Amino acid sequence: MTVNISAAAAVILQRELLLGFRRPDQLLQPLVFFLIVTTLFPLALSAQLSLLRDMAPGVLWVSALLASLLSIDVLFKGDADDGTLEQLVLSGVPLGVIVIVKTLAHWLVSGAALVVVSPLVAMALGIPFGAFGTMMLSLALGTLTLSWLGAIGAALTVGLRRGSMLLSLIVLPLASPLLIFGASATDRAITGSGSAGALYLLAALCVLTSTLAPLAIAAALRITLE
Amino acid sequence: MWTWFYRLASPPYVYGFVGPAIPWLLAAAACLIGYGLVAGLVFAPPDYQQGDAFRIIYVHAPSAWLSLCAYTTMAVAGAIGLVWRIKIGFAVAAAAAPIGASFTLVALVTGALWGRPMWGTYWAWDPRLTSELILLFLYFGVMSLRRALDDAARGDRAAALLAIVGVVNVPIIHFSVQWWNSLHQGATVMKFGKSQMPGSMLLPLLAMLCGFMIFFVAVLCQRLRAELLMRERLAVWVREAIRT
Repeated sequence: MTVNISAAAAVILQRELLLGFRRPDQLLQPLVFFLIVTTLFPLALSAQLSLLRDMAPGVLWVSALLASLLSIDVLFKGDADDGTLEQLVLSGVPLGVIVIVKTLAHWLVSGAALVVVSPLVAMALGIPFGAFGTMMLSLALGTLTLSWLGAIGAALTVGLRRGSMLLSLIVLPLASPLLIFGASATDRAITGSGSAGALYLLAALCVLTSTLAPLAIAAALRITLE
Repeated sequence: MWTWFYRLASPPYVYGFVGPAIPWLLAAAACLIGYGLVAGLVFAPPDYQQGDAFRIIYVHAPSAWLSLCAYTTMAVAGAIGLVWRIKIGFAVAAAAAPIGASFTLVALVTGALWGRPMWGTYWAWDPRLTSELILLFLYFGVMSLRRALDDAARGDRAAALLAIVGVVNVPIIHFSVQWWNSLHQGATVMKFGKSQMPGSMLLPLLAMLCGFMIFFVAVLCQRLRAELLMRERLAVWVREAIRT
């Protein structure tokens, strides 16, 4: 039986998006989490706007990192529990294509949504309007990269009952270069020095993970599902 | 001609093969480390800038180097296990992980002790220090993933995959002092061209490096034997090996 790959990809994408929008609370929770975590920093440290502006890139990026880790945990879990994932693996569509579509769909409902609400947080943290474009671009590249890295961790821990702690332990060290370049791009946009270099590095990381991570995710799923 | 090579994939053969080598390796490591310690701590001249404090390099640099070396060993052994489905590969990877984590910890602690008199602080958020710390976290991740999966074979393969993904960190650590303007001093030994160290300092350091490597291999063999006994505990050869 031959399967038309692009048609299959479209069907999977449609299904993922439909499932995402059928459960709006699951969609909103990471966003609310992102907002709450960013609120915690001014409460715990200091509400001085000048001080907040210095910390804003770090606060924004750490919160985005934690929020996307929280949401990536369920990427394969539901499908693995009810057997859909095994059917997908057996369907004849290359597993790499399936994980690419699933991860991209997940990014659309979590990462992209996070980018959309980020100006709200940025305003509260005193980031100037001129830096919004760079900040959103860097967050878009960063959350996509995080989705790929997180999907590797999610695929490795899919069979575990309480894998979310282990997921963070696995993904956070891998995500640290991303945090460095992302926060420095935002920081440079705020201070007005050229942020192009950091953005290029972020884009390079994004391309690297977009091309190599699907292979690792597919291999990890084969290991944990067999 | 290749039969000896194929035999390396058989657990009883490897178990018997590495056992007699361990005392020799340990003796060689003891000689090299003994020479390196005496020559480095007593006979080498004090550094013109750092005085006697530089002597911790004889422990710090070899263990930092071995921390990367052990990680690479773990990843390569895991890849061999994944690609060719060789059980020995996973056993080597499992045996190498705790040793590598220990070397990383030693490198971090000796680095902190060295940093105190030189930089005035135990810890700095410097690229090389931070990436070495991340290496330690990677080791922890690999070790806990292996233990977390109920099925041992799946745990092995998942940990091997994670180790391979984490290999990207190894060049980052190695070249961090060149890529970023770092507080940590640049490479003096491992670089192309003539070394910047005089022979009386360099020779003990090289002896320590070789000694640490041989020590690593010896400990790896010992752990590998234990690992093989544990993994093959239901096999007949293990019962025979224990009885004799």
